[in-house]
Amino acid sequence: MKIVMAKPGLDGHDRGAKVIARALRDGGHEVVYTGLRRTPEEISRIVMDEDATALGLSTLSGAHDVLVPRICELLRESGMGHVMVFLGGIIPERDHEKMFSEGVRAIFGPGSRTEEILAFLEKSDSRIENNQPVGVLNDDGWHWN
Amino acid sequence: MTGKEKLLHSALEGSRRDLSRLLSMIEKGEELSMPEGEENPDYMILGITGPPGVGKSTLVGRIISYWKDRGKKVAVLAIDPSSPRTGGALLGDRVRMDSANSGEGVFVRSLSTRGNPGGISASLMAMSKLLSCCGWEKIIIETVGSGQSEIKIVAFADKIVLVDGPDRGDIIQAEKAGIIELADLVVVNKSDVPSALKVAENIRSAFSFSNLNDSPEVLLVSAERNDGIEEMMELIQSSESPLWRSRIKIRERLLSLWDHRLMSSPNLNQVIDDIETGSISLEDGLDILSG
Repeated sequence: MKIVMAKPGLDGHDRGAKVIARALRDGGHEVVYTGLRRTPEEISRIVMDEDATALGLSTLSGAHDVLVPRICELLRESGMGHVMVFLGGIIPERDHEKMFSEGVRAIFGPGSRTEEILAFLEKSDSRIENNQPVGVLNDDGWHWN
Repeated sequence: MTGKEKLLHSALEGSRRDLSRLLSMIEKGEELSMPEGEENPDYMILGITGPPGVGKSTLVGRIISYWKDRGKKVAVLAIDPSSPRTGGALLGDRVRMDSANSGEGVFVRSLSTRGNPGGISASLMAMSKLLSCCGWEKIIIETVGSGQSEIKIVAFADKIVLVDGPDRGDIIQAEKAGIIELADLVVVNKSDVPSALKVAENIRSAFSFSNLNDSPEVLLVSAERNDGIEEMMELIQSSESPLWRSRIKIRERLLSLWDHRLMSSPNLNQVIDDIETGSISLEDGLDILSG
């Protein structure tokens, strides 16, 4: 799968994002890492230019409730509703439902195992193949956790 | 119109989304018949190569800014190796190209070396052609230049810049008869590190021992500090490839297309099976594939 790993917003810590990027690579995926402090507009354009299948977002600053909906909206608006979005970092439990309703398909907080993320991607891949799309546009209510 | 023709039409009309989709198709080995456009002298395919860690991506970031400031549309194809074991790849060139994320006039696509049934150089050729048809005037191809095989990747670029840096041994020894003969310009990056001067001197002196009197210029720059970039761009634009170099480029293009044709033949697996069982010879196989 071609996956863009992005750090939206202002927090400056990307150890987590890099560890995940590395793990996904070792799992056989093609990972494009964006670097720190990207705006939603930049992220959406990167996903478009790279023609990625999935977008992993890592945020620790608490701004996910603004940034994530905006990114999902931009993807839908620019004809990239098929892109699957998953989320990592510090996302409080009480916000999970809202994130899922915006189109996010999985949330991986501290302590998540990389094997689990790879299993999630495998599941998503098989859903795509069986014509059960997992993009931000496809509102069927499925999410991993 | 077929789906592909529709995509091409809309990409030529300026749809970035569809251009990006077509690039993926080319990457997977699909063929695309593109319109024959007129040659525009302002268009350029620039190949940037050199060993890992010398600052190619940072330099590409500067080149993007240089052209962007002059109102040009710039597209970048950045190639990173994929793991031979898992097929996975970590494409991180964007991190060092801050200017890669700025605005509508810059398009950056990261590519890994896998997944190109006909070899990456053939698909790069088609990708650059598509980008220039879609109005991207300046196309930069960035690749790791770790040996002979990378000559192919840059051989079809209009201009080739070889980047080197301090503290990494002697490039002339490592690549005596490789890409260095094809370079239009040799850039020694990290000029703020004192030993860079010595590296540049070594390369110049190696050139002076050769019998070829048309060796490329050797220029010191610092991509990090934005030193020497204007001069580098002027040298790139004014350098003229000698005739023998153009001939090598044409030869490399032929080889790339040849590879592509062989490797994308529908008979490939059958031919390999037949050679394996001994029912045909290698020469027979080649005749079948190229027929």
